[in-house]
Amino acid sequence: MKRFLGVLFGISILFLVIFFIDKRFNSYYREIFSIIGINIILVTSLNISNGFTGLFSLGHAGFMAVGAYTSALLDLPLDKKAMLLPNLPYWLGHISLPFLLSVIMAGFMAAFFAVLVGYPVLRLKGHYLSVATLGFMVIVRVVINNTPNLTRGAIGINNIPNYTNIWWVYFWVVITVYALWRIINSSYGRAFLAIREDHIAASLSGVNLTKYKILSFAIGAFFAGVAGALWAHQITAITPRAFSFVTTFNIVVMLVIGGMGSISGSIVSAFLLTLLPELMRPLEEGMVLFGYQLPQLYGLTQLIMATLLILVMIFRPKGLMGDRELSLKGILGQKSS
Amino acid sequence: MFSLPYVLQQFINAIILGSIYALVAIGLSMVYGILRLINFAHGDILMIGAYTGLFLLTLYKAPFAIVLIVPMLVGGLIGVIVERVAYRPLRKAPEVALLITSLAVSMFIENLAIMVLSPRPRRFRIPSFLSKSHFYGAINFRNIDILIVILTVVLVVVLTLFVKKTKIGIAMRATAESINTSYLMGINVNNIIMLTFAIGSLLAGVAGMMFASKYGRIEPFMGFLPGLKAFVASVIGGIGSLPGAVMGGYLLGFAEIFFVGFLPPQLSGYRDGFVFLLLIIVLLIRPSGIFGQAEKREV
Amino acid sequence: MLRLENVEVYYGVIRALKGITLKVEKGEIVSLIGANGAGKTTTLRTISGLLTPKSGKIYYNDQDITYVPPYKRVGMGIAHSPEGREIFTTLTVYENLVLGSYLRNDREGIEKDINWIFSLFPRLKERLSKPAGTLSGGEQQMLAIGRALMAKPQLLMLDEPSLGLAPILVEELFEVIEDINKQGTTILLVEQNANMALSISQRAYVLETGSVKMEGDAKELQENEDVKKAYLGA
Repeated sequence: MKRFLGVLFGISILFLVIFFIDKRFNSYYREIFSIIGINIILVTSLNISNGFTGLFSLGHAGFMAVGAYTSALLDLPLDKKAMLLPNLPYWLGHISLPFLLSVIMAGFMAAFFAVLVGYPVLRLKGHYLSVATLGFMVIVRVVINNTPNLTRGAIGINNIPNYTNIWWVYFWVVITVYALWRIINSSYGRAFLAIREDHIAASLSGVNLTKYKILSFAIGAFFAGVAGALWAHQITAITPRAFSFVTTFNIVVMLVIGGMGSISGSIVSAFLLTLLPELMRPLEEGMVLFGYQLPQLYGLTQLIMATLLILVMIFRPKGLMGDRELSLKGILGQKSS
Repeated sequence: MFSLPYVLQQFINAIILGSIYALVAIGLSMVYGILRLINFAHGDILMIGAYTGLFLLTLYKAPFAIVLIVPMLVGGLIGVIVERVAYRPLRKAPEVALLITSLAVSMFIENLAIMVLSPRPRRFRIPSFLSKSHFYGAINFRNIDILIVILTVVLVVVLTLFVKKTKIGIAMRATAESINTSYLMGINVNNIIMLTFAIGSLLAGVAGMMFASKYGRIEPFMGFLPGLKAFVASVIGGIGSLPGAVMGGYLLGFAEIFFVGFLPPQLSGYRDGFVFLLLIIVLLIRPSGIFGQAEKREV
Repeated sequence: MLRLENVEVYYGVIRALKGITLKVEKGEIVSLIGANGAGKTTTLRTISGLLTPKSGKIYYNDQDITYVPPYKRVGMGIAHSPEGREIFTTLTVYENLVLGSYLRNDREGIEKDINWIFSLFPRLKERLSKPAGTLSGGEQQMLAIGRALMAKPQLLMLDEPSLGLAPILVEELFEVIEDINKQGTTILLVEQNANMALSISQRAYVLETGSVKMEGDAKELQENEDVKKAYLGA
């Protein structure tokens, strides 16, 4: 009961904050807050496989792409569909789902791909798994590039309706965080941790490794698909180039800096590291400082992210939070029970 | 069906591409053999080598011999710096920490290149005597292609002799088998690791020159995919093994060229996807590769 | 020659050595005996530098070597034939021996010593260019000892040299160890086969859960009732 009230309290605060942002900020800031939310979904969901289960996947951008394209294909208005994608199969060309449904379908499609890919790939260990999942991401891009009838290939799909707003985003943030939280604290979560801590012991103790690995992978992919769908309807144009290694890298940076195995760490880190590029943007575009025109410094943000990551790995390898969670009690300095 | 000259032409293309993969794969494979690290930054050394070559050619009009040697040295130097600054502090860290760091190093190098050199692709022109073509009926190749293949063979032979015959070469192989026992022999393991990075990066540097000469175009992200493919090559050959890396490089070169050259043209766009599909298949069927022994340490 | 003073070593949070003090004099054979997990191997690994003590000091020829990296200790004359042999299985027998002499530069001396190793262990000569992984257990043990000898050490540390050997070979091996000692090499020996070890040693230390429980003359320890009961299977 106490916990339920706590959750309710948290959600009400979040509701008020979003209400405030929605009313008081201009569209530029609202978009930043949307992106922060989308990144929170991406990072926390990557945490399930990479942090809690110890399967270091580099394929998250691939699942995001699957989600983005799936949702766009499902909810584009019919007239735009006819114009942009005249060669769609009949049934797909003549449906236009409501946003909520297309986002959910995006999640399921990504999860479906995760099961498909996970079945062979998750048998691999350590580095091999990482490279194979990265390979999956490359394959997704290649397929998108080569199926113009479905995806318009390298040109990408534009004119996607701008359905996403901060209400939608934080609705999904709450669902994601709550779902992940429940999963981690269930018997499934304990099985995931057992896999991370000790492969052999976990398999001896009767944990069906493959089943749980795929489950963990698919749950992460589901929310990556959701995030991809939200992102597509925020930016309103998607191309295969948008779902690159850099995208995966940025999510990984947020994850590692937040602490693999800490949901609250992921949230804090997604928040801070999404703001960073926005703060750096004037510098990247060559700002005027005290009357001097500074040169353009494209790449500076990524450079700083990379440096930050190297420093964290060397000096604080567990990230901000390690595998602990933020709690009000912890902040107030009380002993947690 | 395919005409003989067409097949021969594909054969030639495959050998050239395979040579480049082989050189890049050697460094990845040797480093993996010792540190169990997939060095994602390895492909970026290739990019650095290519840009170094470009500047020597265009700004200094340097003779081509120098344009080959200096990128090697620059590549080697960068490899050593990366090892010293980013990887050595993590010697006792878990595997995943090394992996993450190498991703970060790769991002660092690529974005530094974007900042300093601009993200814009540049043309890479080789001296005219190297771009001269030879025609034998429908088959053609250029002088640079011959150079690429010969240089690869020479480098591989020299390296093989070094690793087989010299005391330091033996120490490198010993370190790959067990770091602790190597210490007990009096081997300065850190120096051996540094040397391994130096040699691998040296080869990546020259491979970058070859890559640029072959395709005539360079950009800051050019190393990413060849780097990953070289990893696929070293897995095919058996990671950690020098002959494996070379064989894997050529096998991948052939597989890729044949995929494009002999299958329906609609499929050729799937080239990069095919390479990774191959990786996944090899990992599942024979994870130790063609030349590799089953891994002693738990992966 | 070698002195350990209150050496404490941790594996993570586990205190594996709880303040070991021992010494080895030049020309001696000294044994460390004790049950599994008593800290014998840990002690050797600490002396050779693979492990660094949390506290305490290691002196070698009156020089503090506590923080000297392991590869430099080999150059100072400490050779360690590790537990489980740990030969390089992908390298040939010859290459293993060459690595034993890694820090030496006297080409002729090295060749001479390789021949000396072959005279001690004739079997190795027949397998010269075979990958060491193809050798039998006993042959691998000989190779590991031979490899350590190739460093021309002043102090040779042998960890479980008789492990997995047929009884006849064990006797042969201990004769060789005595031989090496007579030629001037000081030996620190860790052995399961405590009886055998004590019979060729001058002095010995009995380790128990990371501390020295008893020390003294090897012959006296061999007669000690507690030692007999606990370690000699009497």
